Amino acid sequence: MAAAALVVAAILAAFAGVLSRAEIAGGLSTSDWAAIRFTILQALLSAAISVVLAVPVARALARRRFPGRGLVVTLLGAPFILPVIVAVLGLLVVFGRSGWVNAGLDLLGLPGLSIYGLHGVVLAHVFFNLPLATRLLLQAWQSVPSERFRLVAQLDLAPRALFRAVEWPLLKQVVPGVFALIFVICLTSFAVALTLGGGPRATTIELAIYQAFRFDFDLGRAAMLSLLQLVLAGGAAVLALGLLPSVSPDAGLDRPLQRWDARGGTQRFADGVSILLALLFLLGPILAVVLRGVAGLAQVPASVWQAAATSLWVAMLSVALLMALALPMAGWIAGRGRGRVEAIGLLGLSASPLMIGTGWFILINPWADPQALALPVTALVNAMMALPFALRSLVPGIRDVLRDYGRLAATLGLSGWALWRWLILPRLRPRLGFAAGLAAALSVGDLGVIALFADPDRATLPLQMYRLMGAYRMEAAAGAALILLSLALLVFWVFDRGGRWHHAGT
Amino acid sequence: MLELEELLIRLGTFELRATMALREGRRYAVIGPSGAGKSSLLNAICGFLPVAGGSVRVKGRDITADPPGQRPMTMLFQDNNLFPHLTLRQNVGLGLRPNLRLTAEDEELVAAALARVQLGDHAEKLPAALSGGQQSRAALARVLVQARPWVLLDEPFAALGPALRAEMLDLVENLVAETGAGLLMITHSPEDVRRIAEEAIFVADGRAEAPMSAADLLNDPPPALRVYLG
Repeated sequence: MAAAALVVAAILAAFAGVLSRAEIAGGLSTSDWAAIRFTILQALLSAAISVVLAVPVARALARRRFPGRGLVVTLLGAPFILPVIVAVLGLLVVFGRSGWVNAGLDLLGLPGLSIYGLHGVVLAHVFFNLPLATRLLLQAWQSVPSERFRLVAQLDLAPRALFRAVEWPLLKQVVPGVFALIFVICLTSFAVALTLGGGPRATTIELAIYQAFRFDFDLGRAAMLSLLQLVLAGGAAVLALGLLPSVSPDAGLDRPLQRWDARGGTQRFADGVSILLALLFLLGPILAVVLRGVAGLAQVPASVWQAAATSLWVAMLSVALLMALALPMAGWIAGRGRGRVEAIGLLGLSASPLMIGTGWFILINPWADPQALALPVTALVNAMMALPFALRSLVPGIRDVLRDYGRLAATLGLSGWALWRWLILPRLRPRLGFAAGLAAALSVGDLGVIALFADPDRATLPLQMYRLMGAYRMEAAAGAALILLSLALLVFWVFDRGGRWHHAGT
Repeated sequence: MLELEELLIRLGTFELRATMALREGRRYAVIGPSGAGKSSLLNAICGFLPVAGGSVRVKGRDITADPPGQRPMTMLFQDNNLFPHLTLRQNVGLGLRPNLRLTAEDEELVAAALARVQLGDHAEKLPAALSGGQQSRAALARVLVQARPWVLLDEPFAALGPALRAEMLDLVENLVAETGAGLLMITHSPEDVRRIAEEAIFVADGRAEAPMSAADLLNDPPPALRVYLG
């Protein structure tokens, strides 16, 4: 309860800070309107393309069994912990001005593509959200009872009939929610817009907040834009609340259903191509980072290693804060009925880190040097960003524990701290490890609030990497990207493993 | 004495009424058709189901509103009677101290209880490392250290084979004899009733009848029980 109040208070404080300084009287300038339009346009395009491309991939994964299928499904979860700036660098290597794709086009005598502007922002958002959409659709596909597919096989339905009888109703049910979720996520995207967007024609509101803050140091305008962002993203999330699907990154999707349909050669071929293309699209940039990074490691300056240590420290603090917030909240939510309370966690997805950062900056500024508090504030904002995912995993976990062992605990008189110490925490360990790993990886890879607060002497690894990119030291940036990627995967692995290590009796 | 007075359990449209007085140190079987409310009756006595009316009293004290852990009774469920992540020693220890801060004296009691059910060598094992029969015995060891005046069994041995179940019932009979506790057990099998129970409570048609001599009840069953026994 107190934790929930703390989160609300933290957001409200930021909101109050923003309100106190917002200069609404001036109204919206043309560039503000352009930012609003661009924000909505890129989010719409990103969501639409992600969902449309996800349908054939999810369908292929739902009806094919092949060695390595489990690995492919696991890979679809990877963007959850992949630092945005690392992926952007990978996309630049593949699709950038002198990237692999343009080199190929050049050989064929075709004009090159530009990755900057709307194309690039949408491309990066699709890179991150195509896997998410695929997972959510796959989840829906696998919820179709196998009896229905048995019936389909009995009736020997043609693909068209199968589509009309089973797949279309399914898609109609889940696609709006998946679309809405990705739309909301893309509204508050910052790091992608920072690196691939910019300029008057490709600036999101989130980026505009940063620019007003960082370049013009116009707190009034930054506050006004934050307010705008809050209304837009918060409004969209509230409207979509009924539609939003449950996001559980650990859902068991590695269980393929027995299917008897879709045995035709064309269908097999199409499914194979879908899966292969998706894999290529996802693995290409990651592979590019690894290849470039190995070459660039030698050129990495000492400041990168220092920043890596800083990032690790911030991540650990963030995990500790997350646990302090998430556990009491999860316990409180699990104790009441299902419904609204859980949905509120999803609103967190629409919370804008830069809005919170701006608000706190305004609040802290009169009392202390905000730059001195850059790292703790980053850790706290990271923890709040990870909170919806942690609650999604912990709340059902606590419910299961209480359902299975609640009566036994009650006959033994276990309550309060003893109940947590001897029952809930040990039973929850795998989920705690997973949530902590996710939070740590998110925090290690986050390029958000830190960009607002940081001074030249204080940088996390993503910020340091961004600075290298900004200085066109691409080799060193690639080396830093490889270190960042390894660090994010490592912290996730350590926590997730730690949670499952010697975990008895599942 | 465990007294139920005008006890009323209501679950949706289902209702069960019970009025009876049970004596400590005696063994009662609860029999009746599936869905008649046997489990609901025990859950209500133990405090897991809120009662819609009437009272539960033990030794004259009204415990109707007490939380389960503070009632002078312990219950074994159909499953999940042990925490799978804790060793047998810890599981049994929780019966003495909910915070598991065991004194040297407590440790001796736990060790003695485990030895009593022939699990002395398994104290540091997790339940998953044991057979079904051993797990049941470990749960009984915990019941033993809890030493509550009443022991309630909601078919905890249902998953065991007939020979093993008979062995467990004999062990239960000995344990309650040692602690002087009263026993209230749900069963589906007339043999179990004959084997262990002195009296039987028949539950059917929304009523839990006052206990009768188990032998009399089985030898000359009332019509409703006759239908159930077949």
